[in-house]
Amino acid sequence: MPAAPAPRADIADIEVRAAGKTFESERGDVQALVDIDLSIRRGEFVSIVGPSGCGKSTLLKCIAGLERLSSGSLEVRGKAVSESPDDMGIVFQRDLLVDWRTILDNVLLVSEFRRYDRAKARKRAVELLELFGLADYATRYPWELSGGMRQRASICRALVDDPAMLLMDEPFGALDAMTRDQLNIELQRMWLATGKTVLFITHGIAEAVFLSDRVAVMSRNPGRIIEIIDVDLPRPRALSVRETPAFTRYTAHLRDVFLSLGILKDE
Amino acid sequence: MAARKSAWYARSLEVALVLAASILVWEVAVRIFQPKPFILPSPSSILAEFWHQPGYFLEQTLYTLATTMGGFVLALILGFVAAVGIVYSRFLERTLYTLLVALNSVPKVALAPLFVIWMGTGAEPKIAIALTIAIFATVIDTVLGLRSVEPELLNLAKAARASEWHVLTKIRLPSALPSMFAGMKLGISLALVGAIVGEFVAGNTGLGQVILQAQGMFQTPRMFVAIIILGVLGTVLFYAVDWLERWLLPWHISQRGAAITHGA
Repeated sequence: MPAAPAPRADIADIEVRAAGKTFESERGDVQALVDIDLSIRRGEFVSIVGPSGCGKSTLLKCIAGLERLSSGSLEVRGKAVSESPDDMGIVFQRDLLVDWRTILDNVLLVSEFRRYDRAKARKRAVELLELFGLADYATRYPWELSGGMRQRASICRALVDDPAMLLMDEPFGALDAMTRDQLNIELQRMWLATGKTVLFITHGIAEAVFLSDRVAVMSRNPGRIIEIIDVDLPRPRALSVRETPAFTRYTAHLRDVFLSLGILKDE
Repeated sequence: MAARKSAWYARSLEVALVLAASILVWEVAVRIFQPKPFILPSPSSILAEFWHQPGYFLEQTLYTLATTMGGFVLALILGFVAAVGIVYSRFLERTLYTLLVALNSVPKVALAPLFVIWMGTGAEPKIAIALTIAIFATVIDTVLGLRSVEPELLNLAKAARASEWHVLTKIRLPSALPSMFAGMKLGISLALVGAIVGEFVAGNTGLGQVILQAQGMFQTPRMFVAIIILGVLGTVLFYAVDWLERWLLPWHISQRGAAITHGA
């Protein structure tokens, strides 16, 4: 396995400054995001961990150009985001595979939207399915696959145009623990091999520490970033790293942050 | 697959047996109680009536089939265009859709005499009535289908900057197909009703006219022949759409259970 590609400290792929997002509702305005500052360097793996309703998905949607910020600024690769950026793949919590396409054709769907070269996309889709152990299922339909296999296919769909940036919105949240561990390993392997910039959203503390170079902690009501920690653990990380003292120091620290915020209660 | 097929044969055999038994009971009852033939003819006399001039009945059936299909296909095309318009235009949604739903409560049969005044006694008013009756089902189910798309799927398309055309053809339409087929199954049966109503009101061809003319001359066996043909025709048309759905949408949710056993 190749060594971790060092993030390039000098280039920020995603730059969020003093960002705020307010939703108007009948019972008054709801502040989903307040004063968010987050800079993600090229090739870096950053996770945002926080409770439900802290606005982490909203932040991701803003970066993906699916929602607009109410205040502050947001740049992707030096360009203010006005529509969905190029060179960015997205994986959602639900796999969003369509029933009427085979797995291979599902993987190709986004590249068709982007009008990517068909032959190239096909070749890459086949390679990706191979990489994620789905080669034998290319001509199957989504309902014939397990949840983990479906989510793997949706990751392939996000990667088929070889985007430099990958946004992942709780991609493994609906999977069982063992499948989730397996996919964490496969995601790390893919990331080490390609050096993509990844923003990963989760409410799993251990998952965030395991995968990330940095972990941002978010709190709710209003949604703000409380702290960003560096995770200094060697790569590639094996699942057993989770039992090491170095690892548990990080998870314990994050847990303490959530305890102090009252999001976790130790009674 | 094999299990499914043999289950189908078993079911068909049961239906055929029950039907044959009912016809036998009918025949025997008529022979014992001897009701007046114009009240209740025997199955054998109905069959004889058909056998007497099968060409005539075939001709009338084809005419009714043609007007039914004419009305149905038009309902499908116009219904589809209207539904796409309603889904994409707030204005059409507020006006056309509201009007359609309101108009649906008018008994369409009442429009038949009006159509005869407008279009004469040929096939046109019959097609028009079949269309008017069938189109509500196709419009409403197509609108429902086009709207039933998962919002997250639209986000996926938007994030990839998909064109409206791609969203329509690659997401909305395929998502809508199961619902559209539900509308088509209803629509084809309604189109047949419309064609018959049209034939009742005017003209001198079609199974509706066969029934009406036979009534005038108390030729009850002839009425039964026409009614039975209509029953067969309606069933065949319904299953034709059903078969088309299975063929075109093997992925459709109602077929999923079968597909999984098939795959295993």
